[in-house]
Amino acid sequence: MTGQVRVAVTVNGVRHVSDVPARQLLVSYLREDIGLTGTKIGCDTSSCGACTVLLDGESVKSCTIFTAQADGEDITTIEGLASDGELHPVQRAFNEQHALQCGYCTPGMVLALVSLLREQPDADEQEIRRGLEGNLCRCTGYTPIVRAACSITATGGCTGPPETTAVDGQVSSPDGPA
Amino acid sequence: MIPATFDYVRAESVAEAVGLLAADEDAKLLAGGHSLVPLMKLRLAAPSQLVDIGKIAGLSYVRDAGDHIAIGALTRHRIIEADPVIRAGAGLLAAAAAEVGDPQVRHRGTIGGSIAHGDPASDLPAALLALDASYVVTGPAGDRTISAASFHIGFLQTALHPAEVLTEIRVPTGAPRFAFRKFRARAADWAVVGVAAASGPAGVRIGLVNMGATPLRALQAEAAVAAGLPAADAARLAAEGTEPREDLGATASFRRHLARVLVGQALEELAGRPC
Repeated sequence: MTGQVRVAVTVNGVRHVSDVPARQLLVSYLREDIGLTGTKIGCDTSSCGACTVLLDGESVKSCTIFTAQADGEDITTIEGLASDGELHPVQRAFNEQHALQCGYCTPGMVLALVSLLREQPDADEQEIRRGLEGNLCRCTGYTPIVRAACSITATGGCTGPPETTAVDGQVSSPDGPA
Repeated sequence: MIPATFDYVRAESVAEAVGLLAADEDAKLLAGGHSLVPLMKLRLAAPSQLVDIGKIAGLSYVRDAGDHIAIGALTRHRIIEADPVIRAGAGLLAAAAAEVGDPQVRHRGTIGGSIAHGDPASDLPAALLALDASYVVTGPAGDRTISAASFHIGFLQTALHPAEVLTEIRVPTGAPRFAFRKFRARAADWAVVGVAAASGPAGVRIGLVNMGATPLRALQAEAAVAAGLPAADAARLAAEGTEPREDLGATASFRRHLARVLVGQALEELAGRPC
C-alpha cells in the first residue's frame, strides 16, 4: 500500500482511469485532474454546497468524498448537464428567472435541484426550500432561485405566481419557449 | 483542507474488514464518511489506514422481521427517511433521519456510521435509544448484540471493540406514536438540543440529543409520565440527570431550558395535542 489508489470513474459520460492519492477529495480530482472547474470549492466543510455534484444521479458534496470512494461510479458535474447544446430545464429556469447574482453557488444549486426534482417532481415551495438547505447563496438571492425551481415542478408549487409555467415538462416563459 | 496521508483499502466483505481492523490498531472504518472525513480534513483524526466498507454488497437493506425492523448498517439516511417499512413501524427513526444535515449529507451518511461515530449531537442515536434498538456487531470472535442503552460509553466512545464492525440495527416496532423536536441555530445544522420521544404499550421513552457526553434518556420525565403526571409537570424534569456541555452554540443552562421546552412539546404531541 502506497497511499495511491487506482480509480475508474465516468464523468459526464467519459470514462477516466487514474491513479490518485488516497487522501484526494473528489472535488480536487474533478477540478485539478480532469479540469472541470465548474464545480466550486466554497466552505470546504460540507456546509455550503458549492461543490455539489451528482453521484449516480444523487446530489453529494464532493469536498467530503474521497476520489477513491467514487470508484466505479457515474458522476455528473455542471458541465455535463446540458446535452446537444440544449440547457437542462433547471439551467434554463435559472436563466429565465435570473436566479443568480455572482454565480459562485449556481452549479451546486442547479445540481441540488436536479437531484431534488428527480426524487420529488411535484415538490412544493416548502419542499424546495428544505431541499436547498445544503446550499448557501452568499448574495442571498434565494427568492429567484426558489422561483426558478418552482417554475419547473410538476405542480408549480410557489405561493406567489411563478413567471414561467411548466407544461408537460416543457418550460415556457411569458416570452414563449426558450 | 487536506487530510494527513493514509493507506486506503476497500473491504469486499465484513470478514475482510474485521481482519484488516484487527491487523492495524490505527485503522478506521469508512462508510459514508460524513463524520470521519470532516474530522480528517481538520486533522482531528489521522488514521494510518482507511478500511472502506462503503461498497460491501448486502449491508444496505430494510427488512420487516415481525416484532422488529432489521436495518443494514450501510443504509443511508435518505433511504431511512423515506422507507415505507420504517415509516410504518418506526416512524420516529424516519422523522429523525429526515432532520439529519441536508439532502446531500443524507444521500451519503449511513445509519451505522452515525451510531458508531458516537457523537451525542447526532439525531439518530437518541431516536434509537427511545425506540429501544439493539445493534449487531461482528468481530474476530463472531457476532454479538449490544443494546442502544449500553452502546454509548463516552464522548465519541462506544462499546465497539477496535476490530468490530456494526452490521445491523434492530428496531422494535412497538412504539407507534412519536414526536421528534430539534432546535438548531441554522438550517441543516446540528441540534443545539433535540428530543426524540416514542410511545407504545410499554410507555413513553424519551431520547435526548446533545444533553451530555452520550445520547441520554430523560428518565425522570419518563417516570413522571408513567406515574400519570401531566405533560407540563413531566417536562420540568426533562433535564434532570443530564450534563449538557457549554459551547458557542449555547450555555448549559440554555440547553437544560431547551430540553424542558422540547420535551413538553413532544409530550403534548404524543398526547394528541400538537403545539
